[in-house]
Amino acid sequence: MAKLRTAVKKIRTKNAGPFWLTIDIFCEKPGVYDAISSSIKTEHIAQLFQTPVENIKRFDISDLCVVKFSLPRPQTQGCRHDSDMHGSSYAALVGELEY
Amino acid sequence: MVRVLVPSGALGLNYDKTALQRGIEAKPDIIAIDGGSTDSGPSYLGRGVSKYARSSTKIEWAGLMEARAQAQCPLVIGTAGTCGADTAVDWMVDITLEIAREQGRPLKIAVLKSGQEPTFIAQEFKNKTISPLGNAPHIDQSVIENCTNIVALAGAEQIQAALDTGADIVISGRATDTAIIAALPLQRGCHAGGAWHGAKIGECGALCATNPQSGVILIDFDDEGFTVTPLADGANASPQTVSAHMLYENSDPFILYEPGGHLDVSAAKYEALDERRVRVTGSKWIPSEHYTVKLEGAKSAGFQTVLIAVLRDPHYVENAQKWANDIITKCSQKARDRLGVTDDDFSIDIRLIGHSSCFGALEVIQSQSHEIGAIGIVTAKSDALSEEIGKLLNPYFLHHPLTQEEEQPTFAFLFSPAEMKRGEMFEFALNHIMEINDPMDAFDLEIIEHG
Repeated sequence: MAKLRTAVKKIRTKNAGPFWLTIDIFCEKPGVYDAISSSIKTEHIAQLFQTPVENIKRFDISDLCVVKFSLPRPQTQGCRHDSDMHGSSYAALVGELEY
Repeated sequence: MVRVLVPSGALGLNYDKTALQRGIEAKPDIIAIDGGSTDSGPSYLGRGVSKYARSSTKIEWAGLMEARAQAQCPLVIGTAGTCGADTAVDWMVDITLEIAREQGRPLKIAVLKSGQEPTFIAQEFKNKTISPLGNAPHIDQSVIENCTNIVALAGAEQIQAALDTGADIVISGRATDTAIIAALPLQRGCHAGGAWHGAKIGECGALCATNPQSGVILIDFDDEGFTVTPLADGANASPQTVSAHMLYENSDPFILYEPGGHLDVSAAKYEALDERRVRVTGSKWIPSEHYTVKLEGAKSAGFQTVLIAVLRDPHYVENAQKWANDIITKCSQKARDRLGVTDDDFSIDIRLIGHSSCFGALEVIQSQSHEIGAIGIVTAKSDALSEEIGKLLNPYFLHHPLTQEEEQPTFAFLFSPAEMKRGEMFEFALNHIMEINDPMDAFDLEIIEHG
C-alpha cells in the first residue's frame, strides 16, 4: 500500500461553481493510469468525503491519463462551515488515499 | 474566419505586454476578457463589489483600451467587477470613462446589466419558471427576497445584442465565461460547437498552454472548429494541454451547459499543427427546447467577529480540541445568560490551525504540532451582538484552563484589541435556472457616448 500522492504526477481539486468540487488525478503515464483507474474505487472517494457514493460522478479519461471525480462540496463555498474557499486544498486529502 | 484575442484569464491578473502587441498585429476581430467568477466567494456578489484593486484594474484596462484603439476592433469584458452585479458594472463604467478622458478618444460604450430584482425573481419562482440545478440549496420566496444581489448569466445572444449597437467597448455584467468569446464567431456563422468549445478553452487565457501566467492567446474560429495559438514566449499549446483544460473547474469534462443549449466535446479531435498551435474539430452544440439562464444570488448570513490566540504550551497543544470544545460550551452559555440571546441569534466556532482547520472532521492525519493557532469565529444576527460576544470570548481565549485545578494559563495574542470585526458575511443562495421567452427579457442594455 502506498499513498496516492506518491504515485501520480499531480492531484488537483477545485470548485466547479459554489456547490460542487471536482478532483483531477493526473497519472501522466498509461501504466500508472491503468493501476490508479482500477485500484481507486468511487467508494474510496465517497468514504474520504463522507458522502453517499451515488453523489459522485466519475470519469476515466485514458487519452489524458486522468481519473476525475466530481461531488457536491463538503460545505457550500463560503458558508460559515467552509474552510477552503477555492476547494484547492482538498487535493492534499485525496493524496492521502492508500492504493 | 473570426479571430478572438484573449489577453488573460481575468482582468486584474495581468498579461504579457509583448504578447499582447503580437495579438494586436495579428488583426483580431474582437478582444475579449473575463472580469470575474464566483470563485472568490459570496461576499463580492453579496456586496456587489470587485475583489481586485481599482488601481490594477485601471492600469490593465487602460492597456486593453489602447490595444483596442490600435487594433480597431471591439473590446468586451464579461462579469465586470468580479461578481457582475449592477454596482460592479457601474464601477467598471466609471473607470472606463476616467481612462477615456485621459486617453482623449471618443468612445461608444454598451453597458449590459444582469442584475435581477429579488421581488421579480420571487414572483418567477411562484410562477414555476425557476428550477434547481444539482445540489442546489433549498429556496422559497423569502430566501429569494432576502438576497442582496441576484444576477442572471448572460449568454451569447445578449453579448451579440450589445455588439450589434456598434459599440467600441462592451461592459457586461454577469455572463458565462464563454459567452464573451463565442458571441462574435456564432454571430458570423462559425461552427457552433467549435465556437463554444474554443471559448471554453480560451476563457482562462493561456491556462490551456505552457507558461500559463503569460495570459495572451489567439483563437481562430471557422466553419469546422477552431485553432488556438498562445502568443507569449515559451507558451505552447499541445493536444494534451488544450484537451486537459476541459477538466478545469468543470464537473463534467465533456458537457458544458450554456443559455440555449449545451456543448458536447466527447467526439472532439485535437490535432497539433506545429509545436505551438492546436486545431480542434468535431465538437457539437445541441440547442435546448427552452431558453434558460442560470441565476446566482447571495444573502446575508450574519455578522462576524474573529479572535486569534496561539497555543504553545505542550499540555494545551496536546489537548487543543478539548480546550476549544470547552470554550464553545462555556462562552455560549455565558452569552445566553448575560445577553438573553438564544442559539438562533449567534454561534461560536473555533478552528485549530495546525490541527484540523482545513478539513475539520474529514481530516485523516493525526500529528502533533509544536504550536496551534486558534481562531475564534463569532457569527451573530447583528454587528453589535457579534462584537459583544467577541468580547465575551476574549477572556476565554486569553486564560481558559483545561481543568480548575491547574494554574491559570495565558495564551499568545497577536493584537490589541484581540477581536477583529469582519462585518457582514454572505452566503450563496441560488444554484438555479430561469426560463425566459426572449434572451433580452432579463437583461438591460444601455449606450454611453463619450466625447
